[in-house]
Amino acid sequence: MQKSRIIKDKTAQAIMFGLTIVSILMVVVMFVGLYLKSAPVLEDRSLWGLLTSSEWKPMKGEFGFSPFVAGTLWVTFVAIFLALPISLLTAVFLTEYAKSYVKKFVFPALDILAALPSVIYGVWGVLVIVPWISKHIAPHFMDFSTGYTVLAAGIVLGVMVIPLLVSLFIEVFSSVPLELRESSLALGATRWQTTKKVLFRRTYPGIIAATVLAISRAMGETIAVLMVCGCVIGIPNGFLDPCYPIPALIANNYGEMLSMPMYEAALMFAALILFLVVLVFNLISRIVLYRLEKRLGNS
Amino acid sequence: MKITSKKKVREIVAKSFMWMAMFVVFGLVISVIWTVFSKGVKAMSWDMVSKLPGGGFYIGKEGGFLNAIVGSLYIVGASTALGLIVSIPVVFFLNVYLQRDSKLAYAARMAFDVLFGVPSIVYGAFGFTIMIYFGLRTSLLGGIIVITLLIIPIFIRTMDEATRNLPRDILDASFALGATRWETLKVVLRQIAPGIATATLLSVGRAIGDAASVMFTAGYTDSIPTSLSQPAATLPLAVFFQLQSPIPEVVDRAYAAALVLTVIVLILSIAGRFITNRFSKNKV
Repeated sequence: MQKSRIIKDKTAQAIMFGLTIVSILMVVVMFVGLYLKSAPVLEDRSLWGLLTSSEWKPMKGEFGFSPFVAGTLWVTFVAIFLALPISLLTAVFLTEYAKSYVKKFVFPALDILAALPSVIYGVWGVLVIVPWISKHIAPHFMDFSTGYTVLAAGIVLGVMVIPLLVSLFIEVFSSVPLELRESSLALGATRWQTTKKVLFRRTYPGIIAATVLAISRAMGETIAVLMVCGCVIGIPNGFLDPCYPIPALIANNYGEMLSMPMYEAALMFAALILFLVVLVFNLISRIVLYRLEKRLGNS
Repeated sequence: MKITSKKKVREIVAKSFMWMAMFVVFGLVISVIWTVFSKGVKAMSWDMVSKLPGGGFYIGKEGGFLNAIVGSLYIVGASTALGLIVSIPVVFFLNVYLQRDSKLAYAARMAFDVLFGVPSIVYGAFGFTIMIYFGLRTSLLGGIIVITLLIIPIFIRTMDEATRNLPRDILDASFALGATRWETLKVVLRQIAPGIATATLLSVGRAIGDAASVMFTAGYTDSIPTSLSQPAATLPLAVFFQLQSPIPEVVDRAYAAALVLTVIVLILSIAGRFITNRFSKNKV
């Protein structure tokens, strides 16, 4: 009787250990899978050549990724540039200022923003943002624009990362002990001074880490960006040019790539780049956030 | 006196900026929801949710998008069940079998954080390569596998958070009564039940809304799949593909599908918050 219980316990342990290891190994398996698939194009070309060349002619075997890399960077930059101040102010407001009845309205609103699928943001972008840019923003700078631009993709993406940024910032800010704020307030500092001199100074590694996480999220976003970015191959020269980020490239071409092994390898290489960037960004920022949590939690 | 007033002005300026940010956030929520509802309600009809598209989903003017609703339900239902089966043991292992400062637990949490951050298009591409390796074509099975992989990190992260807040005393009490760690599972499960529910709602929300991963793996079709090896339509792809059509009736189908998707997601989100508020009060 006793023995069977212990055997049950040990069996369960073994199975659970197995499941845990397998799911951790997913990271490795994913990397190896994508790497093997993109090997043909990596053997054929140098890594540097692939990333810097701007010739994209799959039919002739030319795979230059620089327009797509540039598109991704542009869109991500615009998105973070727009979302960061709004998210930071919202998070400070919610942790330092807001009364509880205000929070009762704001948190569900952020919940909804976080829950909406990216295709819905895409629909919103196509129906609201794109016409708005075409009619009201672009005419100030150029004769005509369809509205499918870096700016449109950046705005849509910015809205999508706001809930993530706010929830990360709130987590970071709530790790600061109340006593620190109280001592600053007791010395006669205003709330804003306390926020700047105590909160921000104490948590700036966390703020940076949260931003890096949001950047990696923004880089991989596909459908919403694909719907509003314009999908014209070329390095954008300004925020009113169309662009073609990496995820859009993969999503748009998945049907045709089967017929040509080299083309498939190139697209898998694109997925590999995304995976690696996300992996590195996530690891760095998570380590910073864990450390911060520990340090501030103990003090 | 002068310094004080400068301080106060800054305080007021900062505060008004914060209110502005708050209004921007609210404005965005209202704008998105309003856009989807105003277009969707006009396009909505009983045929939309009860009929298959007639004459092809891209050009046919007849019918609705029942294929996408059923396809999404199949994929989400199956992958949520699979996800739970994998995630609960992992969460339990991390929190009960392993010590609190275990290196393995740290590595595991890190790995799941990374997997959570991996974009769904990469899951799609990866799933696609696996499917080719096993000789599968775009199919319901492929969609289910990829969505399961996609939501396991969400499941584990959310449930892990709920379990980590569990007081260690509860475990000790169970052990002190002579229960094995496996038998303690019952105690823990009961305690984290609301956490499991919230995690499930979150995962369902993500699973039903994700388009980039199923695009590669589940494909798209006009009919309802009758076996695991047939391709399956999904709601987000119904929106995405039909929105690009030049035919107004088809675009209306996209709007109606967007409305259905949004309503589902809103219900899930509200239910999630309700559970968190309701059950976190009487937890030990």
